[in-house]
Amino acid sequence: MRTAIPKSALVLALLAAAALPAFAAGAEDDYKAAYAAAEAANKEAAKLRNQWTTTASTLAAAKKAAEAGEFDKATASAKEAEALAKASIFQATSEKTRWRDMEIR
Amino acid sequence: MRLRSAIYLASAAAAFAALSLAGALPSGAADKVDPVADAKAFKKFFTDKFPKVKLEDFVNGPYSMNEDLYRQWQEKEQFPPYEFSLEMGKEMFSKPFKNGKTYADCFPNGGIGIRQNYPIFDDKEGKVITLELALNRCREANGEQPYSYVKDEMAALTAYMAFTSRGKPMDIKIPDDPRALAAYENGKEYFYTRRGQLNFSCATCHVQSPGERIRAEILAPALGIVNAMPIYRSEWSGMGTTSRRFVTCNSQIRGVPLSPQDDEYRNVEYYLSYVSNGLPISGPGARP
Repeated sequence: MRTAIPKSALVLALLAAAALPAFAAGAEDDYKAAYAAAEAANKEAAKLRNQWTTTASTLAAAKKAAEAGEFDKATASAKEAEALAKASIFQATSEKTRWRDMEIR
Repeated sequence: MRLRSAIYLASAAAAFAALSLAGALPSGAADKVDPVADAKAFKKFFTDKFPKVKLEDFVNGPYSMNEDLYRQWQEKEQFPPYEFSLEMGKEMFSKPFKNGKTYADCFPNGGIGIRQNYPIFDDKEGKVITLELALNRCREANGEQPYSYVKDEMAALTAYMAFTSRGKPMDIKIPDDPRALAAYENGKEYFYTRRGQLNFSCATCHVQSPGERIRAEILAPALGIVNAMPIYRSEWSGMGTTSRRFVTCNSQIRGVPLSPQDDEYRNVEYYLSYVSNGLPISGPGARP
């Protein structure tokens, strides 16, 4: 007794198999873009002499996840690193004037 | 009638011009760099906050803030943990370089009893020169490799030099040079600027919270904090220099530290030392 696979299911399976690498490539591209944005923001923080250690460790986590092929996780970490770097830039910029609030006069 | 209107108009115009001019000026006297006034206000802040602590006792850091710790420290001073480093520094200081010269050749008064004058402002270079930097420059000028700025040999050398200045009042000079005033002001800005993910400035711990605990530690007041350097810290299980203190402070608040002896660290040491002028050198110190 052989079960006949419907032709449409076979076509769908073949399409899905063909699309998988494309999806993977898409996830990798997303990671690369997110990582580049995070790195650029962290370089900006370096110019302001105000990098955070947590930005560096989150960038390292993103890289490690990407090397293991876990691109969704890597992208999430890279986005978190970018947010941290942007917060450090905001801090450095606002402190240019705010430091005087704390000064002993 | 016409004359009266003209007078009103002219008065209004003059008042408007005066207001506009005032608005265009920088925030006036408040922004003027005035190290003398700063140092006076700095000392007043701490002596008002801790009226029972004698001015010269602030150099003893957390021990000046807590009676139990003070007693423990006095016992510890019978066999101080920095003693080995002090001995090593004394030996290193007198040992000639390969060219036959010694550290004494690089410093006024042969390097003895001069720690209270550092950091100095070098008018040729237009920058602040700390004692650690001067020691490494002395080594390099005599064909020797520089030491790490954070511990071991550098801590030993500065421990010995501080010991020869014990009791002498800190005596930092700010020459009437816009570059020196800028270095001082930049140091002050660094001291009060929040940084790192924890959003702390040096002042958060050492101005707002001295005497309070941060985890198991009692925070030291900023006044006189550099007078005790270098220090043996039980937490480090060893000696550390002023550079080490700045670097680790930055890491602890989750900020990426700068390199030891970068301009920011040199300037903040200049600022902190100046506002502690008059307080005795107590280094080398021991801290929990």
